[in-house]
Amino acid sequence: MTLVFFSVSLATPKQNQLQGMGLFLSALAVAASVYTYGQNGTLFFDAYRIDAFSQLFKIIITFGLFIVIYLGEGLSGIGTTLKPEYYLFLTLSAFGLACMSSAVELITIILCLEIASFALFIIIPFRKHGAYRKPMEAGIKYVLFGAAASGISLYGISYIFGMTHTTYLVDLVRIIPGMMLQQPLIMIGLVMLLCGFFYKLALFPMHFWAPDVYEGAANETSSFVATLPKVGAVALLIRLIFLVGVDSAQFSWVLAILAVLSMTFGNLSALVQSDIKRLLAYSSIAHAGYIMVGLVCATELGFVSGIYYIAGYLVMNLACFFVIYNLAPNGENIRFDDFKGLYKRSPLLAFTLAVGAFGMAGIPPTIGFTGKLFLFTAAIKKDMYALVILAVINTGVAVFYYLKMVRAAYSSVPSPMPKIRLRFSATLLGIFFIAIILYLGTFPQGFLAFAREAVAAAI
Amino acid sequence: MEHYLIYNTLWYPILTVLVAVPLFGAFITLGIRGDRNLKIWGLLVTVVTAVLSLPLFFSFDLTTANYQFAESKDWIPFLDIGYVLGVDGISVLLVLLTCLVMPLCILCSWSYIQERFKEFIFVLLFIEASMIGVFISLNTVLFFIFWEAMLVPMYLIIAVWGGPRKDYASIKFFLYTLIGSIFLFVAIIVLYVTTGTFFIPELMTHSYDFNYQMWIFLAFTLAFAIKVPMFPVHTWLPAAHVEAPTAGSVILASILLKMGGYGFLRFCLPIAPAATVACMPYLIVVSILSIIFGGYLALGQSDVKRLIAYSSVGHMGFVTLGIFLLNNTGIKGAILQMVNHGITTGALFILVGMIYERTHSREISDNSALGIMMPIYVSFLVIFSLSSLAFPGTNSFVGELLVLVACFTKYKIVGAFAVVGAILAAAYMLRLVQKMVWADSDGHVHPGARSELFDLNFRETATLMFLTVFVFWIGFHPTPLLDVMDASTAHLVKQVESGMHTSPAGHHAVLNGLGEMVKNLLAFHH
Repeated sequence: MTLVFFSVSLATPKQNQLQGMGLFLSALAVAASVYTYGQNGTLFFDAYRIDAFSQLFKIIITFGLFIVIYLGEGLSGIGTTLKPEYYLFLTLSAFGLACMSSAVELITIILCLEIASFALFIIIPFRKHGAYRKPMEAGIKYVLFGAAASGISLYGISYIFGMTHTTYLVDLVRIIPGMMLQQPLIMIGLVMLLCGFFYKLALFPMHFWAPDVYEGAANETSSFVATLPKVGAVALLIRLIFLVGVDSAQFSWVLAILAVLSMTFGNLSALVQSDIKRLLAYSSIAHAGYIMVGLVCATELGFVSGIYYIAGYLVMNLACFFVIYNLAPNGENIRFDDFKGLYKRSPLLAFTLAVGAFGMAGIPPTIGFTGKLFLFTAAIKKDMYALVILAVINTGVAVFYYLKMVRAAYSSVPSPMPKIRLRFSATLLGIFFIAIILYLGTFPQGFLAFAREAVAAAI
Repeated sequence: MEHYLIYNTLWYPILTVLVAVPLFGAFITLGIRGDRNLKIWGLLVTVVTAVLSLPLFFSFDLTTANYQFAESKDWIPFLDIGYVLGVDGISVLLVLLTCLVMPLCILCSWSYIQERFKEFIFVLLFIEASMIGVFISLNTVLFFIFWEAMLVPMYLIIAVWGGPRKDYASIKFFLYTLIGSIFLFVAIIVLYVTTGTFFIPELMTHSYDFNYQMWIFLAFTLAFAIKVPMFPVHTWLPAAHVEAPTAGSVILASILLKMGGYGFLRFCLPIAPAATVACMPYLIVVSILSIIFGGYLALGQSDVKRLIAYSSVGHMGFVTLGIFLLNNTGIKGAILQMVNHGITTGALFILVGMIYERTHSREISDNSALGIMMPIYVSFLVIFSLSSLAFPGTNSFVGELLVLVACFTKYKIVGAFAVVGAILAAAYMLRLVQKMVWADSDGHVHPGARSELFDLNFRETATLMFLTVFVFWIGFHPTPLLDVMDASTAHLVKQVESGMHTSPAGHHAVLNGLGEMVKNLLAFHH
């Protein structure tokens, strides 16, 4: 992975060329992932496997990193001296996530998870503007929760290893389904293992860090934390849920309950927020719930829809953060009132916000709608009517706060406010977001073909 | 699939073009500068769409109930979602209505909209594409996409260019309609999982067990009842109509409300026939309530737009009454009434918009004694008011007559109540006309007084003349339209009747008992 080289080279501080270098190297990483898409192979004693599944996720993750770096040009939220280190840790984290999608052995998984997490622990408090307390609070919460989640995961691994005497996923796949009936302890082990990933995905009950971290961290960091770790978490969850096999009722029950609680809690809490990033944090908890609805089905359709939805969520969320970033020249937090009159100040930003927000609400013809269509179809195919009805009601509730955002952006203000002049690159990015959200929503077939291949490889 | 479709043989893919032209027109609008250019561009695109849609009427095959001008392509093979379009007797009139009303919307916004004209034309063209898409989709997912896609532009129309309470009205409209349609979404998916297809004609051929039908029917009905709107869930309508700009009100009244009626005819009746028959008494009662309450509430309004909004509730009550009588005459009357209501109420809203541009008030008291100053205006006002109250010779008369005849054929007492509704319509319309045209007038022109009341200019006259032609044409010679619907409504009624027998009513003892009781009540004077 070129990311490794990138991170090494960033140890020496440079000014202003950092952005360009970051973009170039992450683009290289995307290209490398795309180039190696069709290949298969294993490394490190079969602990690290390259197949369609891992490469697809690598493409998504590196692409996400590219957009995050592109989005955060100028890094207005980070102090000048810390900028190089910021890029270093950002890419280290993405590196960890990318490796995680390839890891097929429990210890390797944890190792990659920790690489990704530790890098993030450090950059969360990097913030130039605002009280000293908030970013620090965010950082400490992230560290503590992260450490606890990792601890629980390791404990779960100890149970699994103790019972199965192996940590390779390929072996576990054969052993666990049979074991589930005789030794229920294995299920506890699995759920504990998954807790580490629920933490990254911000699924109930490991979601408590999300609102404070999103609010306290700088806008660029939040955009990274909101999107890429979740992609990695979904990759691992697909591999691990498949471990259990399709027939385990109790396991599906646990996951389904967590999904419902996430959706409900996330949506209801988001209704009363006034800080946009906090609102996006709660909405991400809700979306984690929706994705879980798809993953719980443990069918090919369920996994494919999960992959499609998380890719769509990545783009839509980044679109919202793109708007937030450009609205805050000093890196401060945005509230609803700051959105007012956005359509006059920058029609493109307002439209990007509208497309991103309505996409997350699930209004056609965006990728959010098509994603929800697939997720709910997968769930109903498994006769999970109650789950779908709850999910659909939550979608209805969610529309309200997304509508609030768009309404604020399109409302008229009595006094004219200064126009936002976007750099050309930012304009391009805005147009790109709009185009891809609408395009992938109306013509998902191409991406779905890749997702199918990926899931076939994982299974 | 080919079994149900008659493929398009014109030299252009007419249905895709009808959706694509406004859509591309909308995107090109973003690059046009200058209000005048925007207006001309908007008019051009909508007129082109209207002209392109005319072959739908003239080349329509009257003998078949299959879906004509059909196009079918693969879209998302992953879930068997195909891109299938087609029109039959039920939808073709609504598509034509949409295409022909849109240029009028642009014309009536010519001087009404003062700011952000570019976005307005964009949104208007986008919503036109979406509305046409709803009527021509033969795939439930495609239908749902177009159904939801028109929510955002309508929301923006009300929220950005609306009246004083636009915030409240736009959010109420958006949330009400969306919450109605989320269960529609679930029903669509459930139908797919059970039958393996999203293709509407095929969904109609399966016979489902009664309980299943009941749930599907309830999910669909909730969404469509909110859209129509039927009595208890109509509260979004007055707010949305009143606060929307003229073009928004016209689109809302003429076309969006019809989507609810169309939904009932396309989905509820053929796919869940046994449930429809079981719920028929309730829905008839609700329709009567809509008619009477709509009329009663309209009688007490002092705001002209609000009055016409409530009259819409009443008129759509006649439409749903016609639909749920489940006989040929009733359904034909309902579809015709949908078209008529689109024409008449659209014209009434345009008239209100015109007077609002002059007096800047929607209160009847501020808009009285117009007869002296604006004779052309009040001529049109009287014509369309008479049409609204279903005066013989006008278009609504034919529609209401058909519905009432169907009523009296089946349940006389329902007919009695419906006639009360017609009387109420006459009452509030005549009251409105009297107050607006003649009240407070001493019969003399006072030069200098009320100088803002200049009579209609050419553009406005042309807009209304176009609609007047239809009022009298349909009023005196409705046969061409009725013939278009014939094959499809006969087919629909057959579907309901055969479906009713294959899945007999199930264990809902209470529901069935109540239904029987209501039916007996309704058939009391048989």
